[in-house]
Amino acid sequence: MTRRKPYVRSMDRWWLRNSFFTRYMIREATSVFLGLYTIVLLIGLVALSLGEASYERWLATMAHPAFIGFHIVVLAAACYHTYTWFGVSPKAMPSVRIGNAPLTPALIIRGQYLALAIITLVVLVAVASGET
Amino acid sequence: MLAALGPNHRHRQDHTMTERLKEINIEVFRYLPEHDDEPHFETYKVPFADNTSVLEGLQYIKDHLDGSLAFRWSCRMAICGSCGKMVNGAPQLSCRTFLRDYYPGKVRIEPLDHFPVERDLIVDQSDFLRKLEGIKPYLHSVKPRAIADGPHHQTPAELAEYEQFSQCINCLLCYAACPQYGLDNEFTGPGVLALLHRYNADSRDAAKAERMQVVNAEQGVWGCTLVGYCSEVCPKGVDPALAVNRNKICSTKDYFLRFLTPRGTRV
Repeated sequence: MTRRKPYVRSMDRWWLRNSFFTRYMIREATSVFLGLYTIVLLIGLVALSLGEASYERWLATMAHPAFIGFHIVVLAAACYHTYTWFGVSPKAMPSVRIGNAPLTPALIIRGQYLALAIITLVVLVAVASGET
Repeated sequence: MLAALGPNHRHRQDHTMTERLKEINIEVFRYLPEHDDEPHFETYKVPFADNTSVLEGLQYIKDHLDGSLAFRWSCRMAICGSCGKMVNGAPQLSCRTFLRDYYPGKVRIEPLDHFPVERDLIVDQSDFLRKLEGIKPYLHSVKPRAIADGPHHQTPAELAEYEQFSQCINCLLCYAACPQYGLDNEFTGPGVLALLHRYNADSRDAAKAERMQVVNAEQGVWGCTLVGYCSEVCPKGVDPALAVNRNKICSTKDYFLRFLTPRGTRV
């Protein structure tokens, strides 16, 4: 007769046991804020398609302190989301070689920040030239 | 007391007769299936020197304080992969973790997370071993080679594709670091998927198509959510998260390219 009696431990609140897991859960949770932001932006687009009055109403709603607070929270969440995903993206890439040297994770991460900076600059210039 | 800590310490005895050993509290997870329904913790006071590992601390407990304590170990030099434990909540090889780094706090030692506990610090590894067998972790030759054919050459670039993954010692720390495996142990898990990649990425191997069935399965790479802790805890510098996520790309290609490639073509 076997005397084996394997004990299976609980996974309750596993994300609080280790700070690495907690940071992972925060990373995942930030996507909820990004999702909410896209919905708000989508409503803005719908308002724009409905005409000037409706778009002005949407803009006025966005100027409400609650929505300004929401945007600040979303911006912080987006920054953290970007930072963490840029950090892990080298793991989600195929093996790339330039000549004989592999493309290093540091180079991939820096490349993404460079691309982000260039795109941001292009958008800012486009917005600024549109306003003048 | 010094002699009890092993040969290194005996050798040091001459030089350190005047050195007073510090003492640290080690809290050990205890589970004796013949008596216990639930595990509990017992605390032991263990003398240690600068080079006393957590494993040596456990050996001191077993030799001098409580002979009933059960734990696995073998080589004492981070190559056999037997002595993995949770040390203060983090998966570690207990032979390369040192008591000095936890002093003056206490050390809490538990069996590797996410595996059923057989007794004290010993976990049931059979799920891992079954999965490891399932990926056929050895080279399948493209065609049988005669001795006269000579060695199968590889370029440095071909070697670099799989070299780090061949360093795996099956210590299971990555499984203890993977909450997805803890939540659903149907998931193949980081270690086995890294070893699978080790063979699939090897230019000499011909069994990729067969192993891709493991990769593509519900329990394969898609069970990973890129927590990434597996790669942090690996004591041999393997990056299982890289292997798993690179195979998500392989799996996607495998899925779509089958519509484009003629039947029987290897992808």
